[in-house]
Amino acid sequence: MTTKAIKRVDEITIRFAGDSGDGMQLTGTRFTETTAIQGNDLRTLPNYPAEIRAPAGTLAGVSAFQLNFSSHAIYTPGDSPDVLVAMNPAALKVHLKDLKRGGVILANANAFTERNLKLANWDSNPLEDNTLDDYVLYSVEMTKLVSNALEDSGLSSKDIERTKNMFALGLLFWMYNRSMDSTIKWLEEKFKKAPEIAKANVVALKTGYNYGDTTEIFTTTYRVDKAEVEPGRYKSITGNDAIAYGFVAAASQAGKELFLGSYPITPASEILHALSALRNFGVKTFQAEDEIAGIASAIGASFAGDLAITTTSGPGLALKSEAIGLAVMTELPLVIVNVQRGGPSTGLPTKTEQADLMQAIYGRNGEAPVPVIAAQSPADCFDAAFEAARVAFKYMTPVLLLSDGYLGLGSEPWRIPNPKDLPKIEVKHPDKSILDEDGVYMPYRRDDKTLARPWAIPGTPGLEHRIGGLEKEDVTGNVNYEPLNHEKMIHLRDEKIKRVANEYAPTQISGNKAGGKLLVLGWGSTYGAIHVAVERAREKGYDVSQAHLRWVFPLPNDLGEILDKFEQILVPEVNLGQLIKILRMNFPNEMTGLDKIQGQPFKASEIEEKIYEMLG
Amino acid sequence: MSEVKTNEIKLTRKDFVSSSEVRWCPGCGDYAILANMQRVLPDLATKKENYVFVSGIGCSSRFPYYMDTYGFHGIHGRAPAIASGVKLANPELEVWVITGDGDGFSIGGNHMIHVLRRNIDLNIILFNNRIYGLTKGQYSPTSQLGMKTKSSPWGSVDRPFNPASVAFGAEATFIARGIDVDAKGMQDVLTRAQKHKGTSFVEVYQNCIIFNDGEFEDVSNKKTRPDNALYVEHGKPMVFGKDNEKGIIIDGSHPRVVDLGEKYTPENILHHDETNPIITNMLLQMSLDASFPTPFGVLRAVDAPTYDDLLHEQINQAKKQRGEGTLDTLFYSGDTWEV
Ligand SMILES: Cc1ncc(C[n+]2csc(CCOP(=O)(O)OP(=O)(O)O)c2C)c(N)n1
Ligand code: SF4
Ligand SMILES: [Mg+2]
Repeated sequence: MTTKAIKRVDEITIRFAGDSGDGMQLTGTRFTETTAIQGNDLRTLPNYPAEIRAPAGTLAGVSAFQLNFSSHAIYTPGDSPDVLVAMNPAALKVHLKDLKRGGVILANANAFTERNLKLANWDSNPLEDNTLDDYVLYSVEMTKLVSNALEDSGLSSKDIERTKNMFALGLLFWMYNRSMDSTIKWLEEKFKKAPEIAKANVVALKTGYNYGDTTEIFTTTYRVDKAEVEPGRYKSITGNDAIAYGFVAAASQAGKELFLGSYPITPASEILHALSALRNFGVKTFQAEDEIAGIASAIGASFAGDLAITTTSGPGLALKSEAIGLAVMTELPLVIVNVQRGGPSTGLPTKTEQADLMQAIYGRNGEAPVPVIAAQSPADCFDAAFEAARVAFKYMTPVLLLSDGYLGLGSEPWRIPNPKDLPKIEVKHPDKSILDEDGVYMPYRRDDKTLARPWAIPGTPGLEHRIGGLEKEDVTGNVNYEPLNHEKMIHLRDEKIKRVANEYAPTQISGNKAGGKLLVLGWGSTYGAIHVAVERAREKGYDVSQAHLRWVFPLPNDLGEILDKFEQILVPEVNLGQLIKILRMNFPNEMTGLDKIQGQPFKASEIEEKIYEMLG
Repeated sequence: MSEVKTNEIKLTRKDFVSSSEVRWCPGCGDYAILANMQRVLPDLATKKENYVFVSGIGCSSRFPYYMDTYGFHGIHGRAPAIASGVKLANPELEVWVITGDGDGFSIGGNHMIHVLRRNIDLNIILFNNRIYGLTKGQYSPTSQLGMKTKSSPWGSVDRPFNPASVAFGAEATFIARGIDVDAKGMQDVLTRAQKHKGTSFVEVYQNCIIFNDGEFEDVSNKKTRPDNALYVEHGKPMVFGKDNEKGIIIDGSHPRVVDLGEKYTPENILHHDETNPIITNMLLQMSLDASFPTPFGVLRAVDAPTYDDLLHEQINQAKKQRGEGTLDTLFYSGDTWEV
């Protein structure tokens, strides 16, 4: 029984950092799951190197996972960690600068060998000199403690050493009063085929937990109460999984089969993985030979009547541009998902960025308008995917969905919707009754309201027709090169996409709805950081409000009005100011950009500072 | 798949002729391929509405516009990928891919080898005119070394490959060859192609009268064809010549052309076996060698699982094993908690 003090805290940010081989992503994910089940609100930020195993012990090989959890609603993975778990000297070197002054360091003392210290450019051992005087340091011999505990396990010393991350996890579970049950269950499931490994990991986990409980070093444990959130059933979800779910839901609500054509790429592959597992849902995943085949197969599947999607990241989107134009010309429903990463070229595969906005909106030959929707949090990826599919069907158009590495790999609790409450998506395929007096099918005769064309699918008797990438004659869809017809079709396609804006809910202003001194306007994954920054500034009495774009193209019809209500406008972006350029093309208002382009999301404090600077 | 009990009304060639005016150059070999396709389809047991013709870009790729079926004129090189999506979305469809030597083997080479490898149940016709027709006469990956074209005025230094050999290397399960001027031979291979389960690859030698006229003269000219073309048939001896007076034997480890007579008779010379990869490869090598006749007909036909069948079997199996997925089971899988 512990007699140690329990301190109640509101919000904690922990960063797990270690070598790529130390299992930090897994450790972080387990802490996340447990914390989620315990009812805290949370957000995560994995941050790992592009190399699967960069040389052990080096700065380049450090892999980290940050988790922010609290007893109130939160919107970001936290600015700077309160706790840093450093499994080796390199991890400490890379992440120490982010740790809050006075923060806790939990280090694996056994990894601080001379060799590792040298690899990480430490002149002397920071656990032993005064480098960490400003922090609360717990230097624990994790490797040794698990070795002792597993002495008689019969496992190799290498296998034993591998369990040290479970020791660290156990210790943190103790510190933050979390139950080990779900992790034990998970380990037993994961190592079903190697029960001795499962057992060793459980022992290491418990050893860590008991170490906290029994040794004198730790005097306090912390309690983070359940968060006050909307009642309902929750699960922890990453953005990539949420996108997969969103499409399965959209297919189901539309009565369609789901087809994914995709080529693996970081950080989008998890969507392919998630959907590939869902064969019993009738999901057809096609791992194509390249990104072009990924989208081309999806276009074929769409022509034949499936809900067709293709998923990728920036380099893959570049390869798909010609085919997106084909989908624009053939006016077929299709969703293209871009989980953005740092560019240009191969860039920063595992890091986040918002620099594909222009590519998404304009990156095609010819006038090829495509609606672009942006997800704003991991759980929101579900709604964004569902909405993208709905609009693609309704307007017979490709839709581009922008997510990014931060959302795709990050997670948060998702309030599980009741499937019965999801809207039905109406999809119609014409039959012979659509034929005109002469018995001819007109594939480009449009709906008056949406300008969508009918979607006749192969297998339907009497509606045999041909479509393709050549310019179409209005109504008949026959190949046509007439100057005025081309101009008319360009305008029709343009007008159709403009009408997508009629679908949007009114743009929400949080803060001063009537307007005021400053509006912070963003899109996509900056939502959380902007929200927190604006809330903090408002608490201090600043006149600042937030608006966030769900659709970045076409822009909402009410946006001009909203901009006019504010004296100043701040547009933070994880790029060199792409949205702000587009806004400037459309609106006369003066606007200020705030760019950060380091492969990392904004910290709320960075936006907050800018707010103070602008409001004086 | 293609087996349908009855076509209520007997279809005719006309049912497959669309209202679009055909716009190939007069005398282009493409006309013949179109006509043969329209002649063959009415006799095959597939409903008209279940045909889909998918093409890329090139003169040849205009083909779908002239067929009164569902058709999709894609982008350059991507037809195999588009067609794969069509077939996977709806396995009931009978999907044909129309491509050219540039479309299918230059820009679309990657898609071509992978569709063949996967053995998706599609039928591919390669219109090989050994030239880029639509872009007005540049050499293609099948143009002969030294060939003078607009982009090779000094003669091409770009060594060609043999598409059927590429198909063989890509593990194609069905490889056949025809030529535009031979209606009967082409109709035979088109019919066999559709009936084959898996990806059928049919190369058709096609004359481009404008930019590469006479490329296949030795086998298209009625006078020289008998001596230069070898029509192979499964189980039949490999004979050719105006009076079938010549045959192929294996001499040691090499094929050799022999005169039939007392020593060599149709009984003791080489017989075609479309399931034997060694024979297929030998025929493919003969295509490149001027001392042998060019083989036509079905060079290879073997059974192998198709991607589309495997995928749909897997879906059915998964449904049986785990039960048909519902949104409830999906959403509530894994750890959840109540607030
Ligand atoms: C992306 C792209 N690159 C280039 C072209 C131009 N182009 C159109 S058809 C073609 C070559 C066609 O040759 P082939 O496939 O042999 O067809 P043919 O015209 O000979 O039937 C080229 C290079 C194009 N349409 N798209
Ligand atoms: S250019 Fe050649 S291939 Fe093209 S239509 Fe004319 S003859 Fe046929
Ligand atoms: Mg050609």
